[in-house]
Parts: sequence; C-alpha cells; structure tokens
Amino acid sequence: MLQLDRLTYAQAGFQLTADWSAPPGSRIAIMGPSGAGKSTLLSIIAGFLAPSAGKLRWMGVDLTTVSPGERPLTILFQDQNLFPHLSVSQNLGLGLRPDLRLTSPERDKVDVALARVGLTGLGARRPAELSGGQASRAALARALLRARPILLLDEPFAALGPALRAEMLALVRDVAEATGALVLMVTHDPQDALSLQGMTAFVAEGIVQAPIPTAELMAHPAPAVRAYLGRT
Amino acid sequence: MASRARPLNPAARALAVLLLALVLAPLAAVAWRGADLSLVRADWSAVRFSVTQAVLSAAFSTLLAIPVARALARRRFPGRAGLITLMGAPFLLPAVVAVLGLLAVFGRSGLLNSALTAVGLPPISIYGMQGVVLAHVFLNLPLATRMILQGWLSIPAERVRLAQSLGFGPSDTFRHLEAAMLRDVLPGVATVILVICLTSFAVVITLGGGPRATTIELAIYQAVRFEFDLGRAASLAGLQLLIGGLAALAAWRLGRPAGFGAGLDRDLPFAAPPGWRQWGDAGALAAVTLFMILPLAAVALRGLPGLSDLPHSVLPAAGRSILVAVLSALLATTAALVLALASARRPSPGIEVAATLPLATSGLVLGTGLFLLVQPFAPPMRLALPVTILVNVVLSLPYLYRILLPETRALQAGYGRLADSLSLVGWSRLRWLILPRLARPLGFGAGIAAALSMGDLGVIALFAGERQATLPLVVSQLAGAYRMEAAASAALILVALSFALFWVFDAGGRHAAA
Repeated sequence: MLQLDRLTYAQAGFQLTADWSAPPGSRIAIMGPSGAGKSTLLSIIAGFLAPSAGKLRWMGVDLTTVSPGERPLTILFQDQNLFPHLSVSQNLGLGLRPDLRLTSPERDKVDVALARVGLTGLGARRPAELSGGQASRAALARALLRARPILLLDEPFAALGPALRAEMLALVRDVAEATGALVLMVTHDPQDALSLQGMTAFVAEGIVQAPIPTAELMAHPAPAVRAYLGRT
Repeated sequence: MASRARPLNPAARALAVLLLALVLAPLAAVAWRGADLSLVRADWSAVRFSVTQAVLSAAFSTLLAIPVARALARRRFPGRAGLITLMGAPFLLPAVVAVLGLLAVFGRSGLLNSALTAVGLPPISIYGMQGVVLAHVFLNLPLATRMILQGWLSIPAERVRLAQSLGFGPSDTFRHLEAAMLRDVLPGVATVILVICLTSFAVVITLGGGPRATTIELAIYQAVRFEFDLGRAASLAGLQLLIGGLAALAAWRLGRPAGFGAGLDRDLPFAAPPGWRQWGDAGALAAVTLFMILPLAAVALRGLPGLSDLPHSVLPAAGRSILVAVLSALLATTAALVLALASARRPSPGIEVAATLPLATSGLVLGTGLFLLVQPFAPPMRLALPVTILVNVVLSLPYLYRILLPETRALQAGYGRLADSLSLVGWSRLRWLILPRLARPLGFGAGIAAALSMGDLGVIALFAGERQATLPLVVSQLAGAYRMEAAASAALILVALSFALFWVFDAGGRHAAA
C-alpha cells in the first residue's frame, strides 16, 4: 500500500496536499491543469523534494527520509531518461548495477529486456541514434529490469505523436503487469488517462484528490474537472 | 522549487576551509609578527607605484582593445579565426618570455632603438614605468579584446537586424547599440586586468626596480631575499592582500567571466562600413598582430641558434618545471571539480568565497605566509617545490572553478535526478557520469592550470636555491646576467613546453569526451 498521509508541500505562493492511499498494482493517472502540482507530487514521491509536512509510506515503511535511489520505485522523466554518452545496453545495465560490473547472466537479462520492448540488436547504439519512441522503449526496458514495485511516469511520452503514445501506454501496462508495479502517471490528456485503464487522481487548487475510476470521472465530472476538460 | 536539503560534501567543506586558511595565512603571520611591524617610506612609494602602473595598464589595455574587438566583430577575412585563437595565447604565455621578446624589440639594442638611432633620434628606455605598462598591455590587450568581442557578439541578433532595417549608419549603431554594451562590459574588463597587473611579478622584476619603479610584490621579494626582514615582508603582504582584495571585490562585482573556449562567431555579422572605417579596422588589426607577433618572433630568432648549446641548468630545470606543472594541474583540477560539484548540488556562499578569494592574493603574498610558517621548522629552500605546487594550485583554482561551474551546473540540472534515482553515487557516479560528461572542460582546465604553473615565476624566486630552480627562474636569471641568447633559447623551450602541456591535457579531454 502506498500511503500519502497528509503529505504537504508548501512554497511561497504554492501549496499541495495529498491524503489518500493506493494498493499495489493499481494504475493511477494524475491529471490537472498545468502548474497545479502534478510533477511536484511525483518529485516528492521520488524523493527529489522534501515534503514540508506529512508522511509517505510504502507497505507501512516510512519513506520520507529515504534517498531517491533507495526508494522502491523507478521514475521516467519527460526527457533525459538515458545518459547520452553511454550505449543503450549500458543505460539498461545501470538499472541492475550502478557500477556496471555486470555478470554474464545480468548481461543476458539486459538483452531479454531489450527484446521485450522490441529493441533487439540496438544495445550497442548511443541514445542519439534512437528515435523518440525507441528511447522511450529503452527507458521502459530499464524499468522492467529494475522491477521496483512503484513506477512513476512524469509525462515521458509527451513529445510523441498519438499513435506512438498509445503504443507506449500499452507497453507501460505490459511492464506494470510483468512487474506487478503500482503506476502513477502524470498526464494532461484525458485520452492517456483512459488508455491507462485504471483510476485518475485530479489535481486542482492545491489538492490531489483521491483517485477514482477514470471512466467514472469522465462520466460524471465535478465542476473543476468539467472546466479542465472544457465541457460546459 | 527548493531541492531536498543535503549536507555539504565534507571533502568540499574541508577544501574550502583549507583554501581560506592558506589565503589568510599571511594576515595571521602579520598579526603573529606584529611586534616588528615596520613600513618605511619606500614601502608607501611601492604602494603608489603598484596602483599607478596597474591602473595605467588596465586603462591602456582596455581602451586599445576596443577598436580591435570592433574590427573583429564586424569584419570577415581569411585568418580571422586564427587571429582570435592567437588572442587566447598570451594568457598562457610565460610572462618572462613576453618580457624577453619586448626587450628584443624595445630594449636598448632592440629593433626600435636601432631604427631610431639610424635616423638620428634619441633612444627610448623600456625600463621603469613605461616598460612595465608596455609589458602589461602586451600580455592583457588580447584578453581584453576577447572579452570585449564577446560583448559585441552578445548584442542580440534581433536588435542588429532592427538597426539595419532602420538604416542606422555606423555612428547611430555606436550610439544606440555599442555604447550601451561597452558601458556594461568595460568596467569588468578593466578591473579584471587591474587585479592581474597588481600581482604581476615577472614583468616588474625584469623591467622595474629601483626606488621609482618598485611594486609591493617586488618589495616583498627584496625584503625576504636580500634584507631577510620578515616583519616588513609580512606587513607588505598584508597590505598587498588588502589592496588586491579590494580590487578583486570590484572585479567580482563588475565583471563577468571571460569566455575562454566559447566559439566567438555567429551567423549574422554586423554591417561592415566601407571607406575610411575599413582602413581604420585594417590598421587596428594589423597593428595588434604586429605588436603580438614581433616580440615572439624576435625571441625565436634569437633563441633558435643557441638551442644546440644550452646552459647546463636548463634541462634539469625543465624537468622540475614539468613535474611542478603536471602535479599542480592534477591537484588544482581535482580541487576545483570537488568545489564545483558541491556548489552545483547546493549553492554555498562559503565555497564561492573560498574559490574566489585566491584572486585577491598573489604568489609572493602566499609565499611569504608559508615562508613564515615553515621557517622555524625547516630550511625553506628544501620545501621550495612543494610550496610552489601548493601556491600554483591555489592561484589557478579560481579560473578552473569558473570554467567548471557552468558545466557541473548543467550536468546536475540535466542528469542529477536521473543519476540519483538510479543510485548512481560515489565512484560509480564519477566513473560513469561525471568524468565522461566533463572530460572536455576538465582537460581544458587542467591544460590552463598546467601552462600557468609551467610559466609562473613568483613564489619560486622567494624560496629556490640553485638546485630547486624552475625553468622560468633560469630564464630570468640568464636575462639578469645579460646572457640574452641563452635566455632566449631557454625561453623557447619554456614556451614550447607550456603550450605542449596545454595541448596534451586539452586534446586528452577532447579525446576522452568523443
């Protein structure tokens, strides 16, 4: 269980609170107007920002003071998910061992992960030699290797076209099923939230509301959601 | 967004404290020796001369650089890129070599005086105030030109296009675009050069001297070396630190970092006015090229024949110099990297101050402090080389820190979170992220440090005996004994080694980054 226990982040002129929890394996889209604090929430959960009050727990263990790399999660950013000076295989290998001293079974695991996301044979390439979609696949392959129980996605597919994005979301569902991970995905697109086939937590006016099934949110939108979706 | 509060890296903190202690050691020594504090009237004239020559040098370098920078900004011609690169060289040129070259052109039997005598005019003297200022202009005019050129190129292209569409002539462009830029840029340029000239030693020991042309640096040297009046040396060092500190503070407030490696080029050139302005630009460029190349060519011509018959002291001194330069470069680069990484992760005023303060001090001041600390326990001569390395590290650190800081900041902004989220810490982070991403600036910075340290003539003059002499000291001693051919040969070797070291480090970094 991921527990956001009155988690609060306050900065001059900005405040964000979240007070809900989510069971392992659930898939939650975080949606809301820009500047509402969607990415801030992910940064707090990932450990890049310290909350000003409240607790973050995973399976009852307090994560609030745990360093980012030690948390039971993998995060995909909007861009820069791969180190440009390392090969694709090395980038994946970092997910297994940060010192990159991979054993031969570990190297096999890297190849299997590459195959799983459809990048067979591209391990020796540099990220600059990949298309945007291929780079996203490589980052997802690393998430697969790390197999952490939480997967955070901070609009990693925002730069891709609609067809590719649908493909990536299918791959995310795949990876989540394979690792049993709880997915939290920031998006501003209702279509993405629907494709995730799970719940949506709407962020507005400094509050991250508890997630409810996305279909239900869309069918009976609250006034703030209605305004965001542009339905009058 | 405020980032997670992280404790400051203990290595960075220790380094910052050590730097502060080293820079402030002479002050402590002054306090400690307070009993025999003694400044004589000659010392006040040294203060006056130091400040006057530095102000004149800064003013001439800056003012003369304006037409050169403008010509480079608005003209395109074959060899322009080469000329701009050449402008970067004097920063790495050992000052003793520059002085030898200027002596060959402007000295008693130099080119200029031979020409003057030939047409029956009285000869001019290069010694004293005019010589010191001339040498400082020679060494700093190129730096000023590059900094001002950068100002020209920072005028936004949209504004240049707007000026052209409004039909601005050269004088309108100057009034509305260039004058404002110069007002912004010149104070910084002038104060940076002022700081450099305040602490110059190699130039003054050769071209200055005597009661009317002694700087504080030279007075410190004489107090330690000839009169062994350590109390007076300490008082002078404190005075120099005070004046240098004020100037460095002004430079830090007014200045912007000089772009050493930045590509000084862009697509949209400024309008290139024809007519007399074209001739003016050509004249400025020709004059500065001649001014820079003639002295160096003179050293080369004088030194080449003697290369096969070098004095015995040259080769061992060259070996010592290379050792000092390589060790200084490695230590200074490591220290600057530690500080720049810590500062990029969490900005800290303590680190900023520690990495900037050495600009206020000088080799002789640091040397005096260390001399006073060492002297009760060991003969200073025995520690000449370690002390020289330490002083070189401290003095080159501010430059390296400025070179590395933007790079570590960009690295932290671009990949810090990704690396954190993958537990890429410690040795793994260094091996797989920092070294490969920063290889280029690290190599460049180490090259600068190596060349600066190779050519430095400062603290070593204070400490060294015959068997500790570095190559710049040998060059200066040969010139002092009027063995000009031998001095020129040794100077040639010194220049070659300085630039070779720079090239090896710089190319190594570029190669590792590729």
